[in-house]
Amino acid sequence: MGTTRVIVGLGSCGIAAGAGKVYERILAVKEAESLDFQLSRTSCVGMCYREPLVEIIDDSGHYLYGDIDEEKAIEILNDHIAGGSPVREYIVSTDLYDTPGKSYFDGQVRIALRNCGMMDPGVIEEYESRNGYSALKRLVNENIPASRIIQEVLESGLRGRGGGGFYTGLKWKFTLNNKSGVKYVICNADEGDPGAFMDRSLLEGDPHSVIEGMIIAALAVEATDGVIYCRAEYPLALKRLYSAIEQAGEKGYLGRNILGREGFNFDISIKEGAGAFVCGEETALIASIEGGRGMPRRRPPFPAASGLWKKPTNISNVETYANIPWIFQNGSAEYAKYGTEKSKGTKVFALAGKIRHGGLVEVPMGITINDIVFKLGGGIPGDKRFKAVQLGGPSGGCIPAYLSDTPVDYDSVCATGAIMGSGGMVVMDESTCMVDIAKFFLDFTEKESCGKCTFCRIGTKRMLEILVRITEGAGEEGDIEKLGELAHQIKDSSLCGLGQTAPNPVLTTIRYFRDEYEAHIKEKKCPAKVCTKLITYEVFAENCTGCTVCARKCPVNAITGDRKKVHAVDQDICIRCGICYAKCKFDAIILS
Amino acid sequence: MRVERIKKVRRDLPSVGEVDTGLLDDVIKKYSGKKGIMIPVLQETQLVYGYIPAEAFEKLSRELHLNLADMYGVATFYSQFRLKPAGKNIIKVCHGTACHVQNAGNITQALEETLKITDGETSPDRLFTMESVACLGCCSLAPVMMIGDDTHGNLTGKEAVSIVKKIKLQNSQSLSGLTDNK
Repeated sequence: MGTTRVIVGLGSCGIAAGAGKVYERILAVKEAESLDFQLSRTSCVGMCYREPLVEIIDDSGHYLYGDIDEEKAIEILNDHIAGGSPVREYIVSTDLYDTPGKSYFDGQVRIALRNCGMMDPGVIEEYESRNGYSALKRLVNENIPASRIIQEVLESGLRGRGGGGFYTGLKWKFTLNNKSGVKYVICNADEGDPGAFMDRSLLEGDPHSVIEGMIIAALAVEATDGVIYCRAEYPLALKRLYSAIEQAGEKGYLGRNILGREGFNFDISIKEGAGAFVCGEETALIASIEGGRGMPRRRPPFPAASGLWKKPTNISNVETYANIPWIFQNGSAEYAKYGTEKSKGTKVFALAGKIRHGGLVEVPMGITINDIVFKLGGGIPGDKRFKAVQLGGPSGGCIPAYLSDTPVDYDSVCATGAIMGSGGMVVMDESTCMVDIAKFFLDFTEKESCGKCTFCRIGTKRMLEILVRITEGAGEEGDIEKLGELAHQIKDSSLCGLGQTAPNPVLTTIRYFRDEYEAHIKEKKCPAKVCTKLITYEVFAENCTGCTVCARKCPVNAITGDRKKVHAVDQDICIRCGICYAKCKFDAIILS
Repeated sequence: MRVERIKKVRRDLPSVGEVDTGLLDDVIKKYSGKKGIMIPVLQETQLVYGYIPAEAFEKLSRELHLNLADMYGVATFYSQFRLKPAGKNIIKVCHGTACHVQNAGNITQALEETLKITDGETSPDRLFTMESVACLGCCSLAPVMMIGDDTHGNLTGKEAVSIVKKIKLQNSQSLSGLTDNK
């Protein structure tokens, strides 16, 4: 023995769920009882819904334990490591027999996420042992010319994974063709889309594949400097990036005369974003790196011609770069095998919201929404009805359940009025109010509008005002039409993607859930019972036992009633906070 | 527009005292003569003081030849920068999409009731500043909040309050520990 490995998943989400304590505890036990196993750490494997995860690999096979706390960790160490018998009830996935967690991995094709959760992201040798940097070495050693590298990317059909969907190879070609002594390669890791965490997981779990992708891009476009623009809200991702860049430098993958090739110089620096959604837009991001307010500018010229410091610049998303080394290891034809005719390869989605198995999944393009939600995601918790998925965040839209056989590729998703976006997929059930969701996104874009274009700056504000009054029961006849008119003006008159797409959440919810808007406006009702001004909490006399819990918990003393007598809610005082509804053990508070 | 994000700080806060601008010398040395330094300079200044004091703006402007108006423009554009002192612990309550549909509003509400401050304010004991943020990227653990660098997931209002109370307790214990040692 001695080959037994215990691996703890220490991504941000794992740590938030308590994985750090589990790791410490296992380490303490290992030292105190001198158990014979190798303890290491990895990042998120994507199965966020069962965090913290502990993996054990021994002679008999491969076991992934889920929902582990300190006590369970001890139990596993005792039974599995010391006793030799795996603790079946905590196993979520194993290569020995079928488990409920198996379907979560079975439908996936992991290319960008190939190393996430499989290795220690803080150790460059682990990345190298998984074929890391082999693609770069081959390209350098075999002296492959830039044009052939680009041809390979073009043939893979890879499109920008940040949401734009522009062909990556084409972008590289433009950047290569613009001659300059200084060129830049930028990685956009300003994942501002609320509801998306693909880039965070990738950077935390496999920073080297992003770095290798950037170095290959530099080789192809003849760039000299690289910048990773990463949100400051991702402290762990930043920490792992800093350490990965340092290690890559020590190994000679970054710096001067990379891998011995005379004149191939490339360095990567990190810029920490300061919190502005609009900086995800490439020209705003460049303005931000230059030190200014992150405001977009008119294109053309595109960054490929005039980008950072007015030099030719290739700018792509984290996931796009993470795909690159794989494409060169396995060939563009292998990559293009996955996906649809116009959308090749795979896409990582962050599944969240009202879903059983929330987490990160990588699926071939063209898979249907249904398959993602029900086969991988395990469906909706609590027997509620699936209502819609929101794709593309504040720039995207809601796709209703009846269109859930839509294949997920750039063009099919666009046809529904949503956008592919960077990969946030928020699932909604019948208890989600679509007007409230539209208001939520508009509130976001209104705050995040940089203020440069009048229609975006003021138009989003006017739209938000209308949505607020609709959700407060003051909606007027004609409001839906006004929203539509403003939406089209904002789309047509805004300079950048933020403004051009800001109305999408409103437009798609009007298109698919117009009846909900009408219920709010005409009947002053919120069918999903979410909009607080349109709902009332009442006591259902038959169930009320007079326990007085609700009256005691009510923050405004709106509930009165004697012990063991039916209580009543004074609607004039009630602030509709919902505390009584949550506290009542007898279902005696009803929402209407 | 983003400018609206500057939040008022309660007037009844005790004053923070003199700002020691000498603490900025290392920052100035590190960035002197480089380009594109505005944001990192402001970020490091905020790391030093927890916010960007007016005196720091003036000194940085003088010594790094940055335009004061540009600096103010940048500092008010990005949500990360604070122009008023913040509490010792910054509570970031996530209001991203996933957290929103999982009732992040309850978390904010519960914390507001416990700490008696509203979004963007600092508690009178300077222990907590509460901020709503767009997304912390832990969507599958929604609703989420972050205190310092620690992320707490799958919260209810009650759990959020008990985490905050624990920090309060630890703080008072460490304070009394300090006086005991004296």
